[in-house]
Amino acid sequence: MRSTSYKIALIGNPNSGKSSLFNQLTGLRQKTGNFPGVTVDKKSGIMRFASIPEAVAVPTEPEITTDRPPSPVTPSEAILIDLPGIYSIYPKSRDEQVVMDILANPRHPDYPDAVIVVADASNLQRNLLLFTEIADLGLPTVLALNMLDVADSMNLRVNAVQLAMQLHVPVVKINARTGEGTELLRDAVQRASTISLPQSAYFMDPSEEHEALIEETKKAFGLENNYLAMQYVCQHEAFTFLDPSQRTQLDNLVASHGFDKTDFLAYETITRYERLRPLVQKAVTIVGESDQPAWTRRLDKILLHPFWGYVAFLGVLLVIFQAVFAWAQYPMDWLDLATAQAIEWTKNTLPAGVLNDLLTDGLMAGIGGVIIFIPQIAFLFGLVGLLEESGYMARVMVIMDKLMRKFGLNGRSVVPLISGVACAVPAIMTTRSINNAYERLLTILVTPLMSCSARLPIYTILIALVVPDETVLGVLNLQGLVLLGLYLLGLVGALASAWLFSLFIPRREPSYFILEMPTYKLPRWSHLGIMMFDSVKSFVLEAGKIIIAISIVLWVLASYGPGDSMEQASEQALSSLTENVSPEAREATVASARLESSYAGHFGRFIEPAIRPLGYDWKIGIALITSFAAREVFVGTMSTIYSIGGDASEDAVTIRQRLQKERNPRTGGPMYTPAVSFSLLMFYVFAMMCMSTLAVVYRETHGWKWPLVQLFYTMGLAYLSAWITYQLLS
Amino acid sequence: MLAVRNVADLKKGESAVIKSFSDRAMSLKLLEMGCLPGCEVRLDAVAPFGDPICVRVGGCYCLSLRRNEAASIVVE
Repeated sequence: MRSTSYKIALIGNPNSGKSSLFNQLTGLRQKTGNFPGVTVDKKSGIMRFASIPEAVAVPTEPEITTDRPPSPVTPSEAILIDLPGIYSIYPKSRDEQVVMDILANPRHPDYPDAVIVVADASNLQRNLLLFTEIADLGLPTVLALNMLDVADSMNLRVNAVQLAMQLHVPVVKINARTGEGTELLRDAVQRASTISLPQSAYFMDPSEEHEALIEETKKAFGLENNYLAMQYVCQHEAFTFLDPSQRTQLDNLVASHGFDKTDFLAYETITRYERLRPLVQKAVTIVGESDQPAWTRRLDKILLHPFWGYVAFLGVLLVIFQAVFAWAQYPMDWLDLATAQAIEWTKNTLPAGVLNDLLTDGLMAGIGGVIIFIPQIAFLFGLVGLLEESGYMARVMVIMDKLMRKFGLNGRSVVPLISGVACAVPAIMTTRSINNAYERLLTILVTPLMSCSARLPIYTILIALVVPDETVLGVLNLQGLVLLGLYLLGLVGALASAWLFSLFIPRREPSYFILEMPTYKLPRWSHLGIMMFDSVKSFVLEAGKIIIAISIVLWVLASYGPGDSMEQASEQALSSLTENVSPEAREATVASARLESSYAGHFGRFIEPAIRPLGYDWKIGIALITSFAAREVFVGTMSTIYSIGGDASEDAVTIRQRLQKERNPRTGGPMYTPAVSFSLLMFYVFAMMCMSTLAVVYRETHGWKWPLVQLFYTMGLAYLSAWITYQLLS
Repeated sequence: MLAVRNVADLKKGESAVIKSFSDRAMSLKLLEMGCLPGCEVRLDAVAPFGDPICVRVGGCYCLSLRRNEAASIVVE
């Protein structure tokens, strides 16, 4: 019988291998969503159990009475929920608050039936601190001992049986990277659902010191567990499930007992460690000198070096950009060509007419504009993921912290800024790990200036139009170098803006930076693969929807005009032509006249005076307007606009060729001169044209103030720099 | 020795034993991350421009923190 209502939470320290284990247990049966009521990303997935015959699984001994009735049937699968990595159940950042918001509230939809705590065996004492806290909350817990290979290389031997006996919970040795031991873990978790053990003694009972306060809290809120009652006392400010009167009630309890939270927390942590120490000493045998693996120390000597550290970091960035530009170009060219051929084939195969035009010029051109991003998004997310997985990202934070502080940011801001190169939306969501609200806000404000992958197609096409494909200094591709320059410009813009904002926004709390440095690890390729697949999937589904919708709307706007103005325009265009004009030229003139008198043409004409100083015409104006929702629409719009009426010329199949052929009606020369192209590039480096980013900033800052500030300063910056560029180059 | 020494005073490669903390709020974070009184710390690496620093705690893992934060860890 299926009972997927059975929930298991996955908890562990950062860097304990929690997400690898999550991937091992769920594979591709994952989904990303939000925890209800808060904006923290939730990853959950289906975890299957081996089928065990009912007769074996149901316990034969009389049931032990507990708070929690054991589930009547053996579940065959469960929903595994990945909770943010934490060092203790006392949150240090907004992201971490969600853990106790769930674990302290049995009515929460994600409240688990059992918990898997993942512990890094190479640092057992500290990892068990979190375990004892979870166990003291009275949740059925299974301990998964991970990274035994690292412990081994540090001359530590861990005795899991000894540990299980002392902690009174099932302990399973696993290797989250290879999947070793995960079958045993599944069995242990499944068993935890049917055999419910009585709450063993508290590891640390808060009523040892605060009996009266605990008793009153338990009575007032109908609680049974002493440690849970203590969490109500300590963390009620952050619990979303309490109403204001309940919070006041707890405030009063705290005041009447003269309870000092900081004192208690220090006492609690030290007591837990004191009780853990003899236990860990029994379970762990030290067989030699223990130190971090030698290769981690050797690598750190180079990567944290005052000079070579930066050289290495710059090298890594250069490799990323050259790789994304050079390697991703091949699959992108294939996709571009495949789209063009699919459109041509459909056009010629299906009967001609409005439906054919809508399908090919509207829908298929729009889809083509979406799928062309796939290689670059996969590459960027893959490479950023590689840096995180290997442990190098923590080193980057360290070498960048002092520099970032000068601009009012934090070493942790590096991750959002680098992820911003892929997409500002997930990047802004990663700012939640910055525990200082002020530094977090600055990071959010400037992250969209980092050139995201949606700008890449614009950069790619415009650079290819005006920068020769040459090799300089032997190995570097000139187009790649210009691309790197645009990215650096975005970075400089981001840092300068952060510094300017830091002059105007007052800082409220002191900044801090305490970070664990993980050992270097070889990344798991399957793990990276899942991540790349996920990011591409969410891009295609989320951004794709908008892009395709806008493409269709645009096709309609470009194909129809007010009244019979389009017919009149085409007749006028025909009558103005002399007899000896070729049929192709005749058709092109008519098409361009029709587009100009369409609804889209009217829009473009309307804003033309505002963009004329930047060197743009009304066709670019249409693309600017449509790409206001999402800049990736720019290329899609360009292909839609230039494909209308452009199908007569057989050779102009790709968008780049169409742009090359485009003539400036005033000068007769090419429309896309270096001045216009670079002006457009400058505009897109700075302009914040992305509804999704605005929406996520609104969500993260709880209001319209900051997204609007961000929109106006970036647009101002974009207009100004595009104007200066055009005036200098033309 | 009369002067109170802290982790920020350590020379590269030098070890010391944690005695206490001089900042209450900071001490909670450090305790949770495994910096306990009685634990041995060693200054392992110093980031470019002298800040932040990396210390090895209890011989088993590495923590990176800023100089002013390290200054709140009093050593024997």
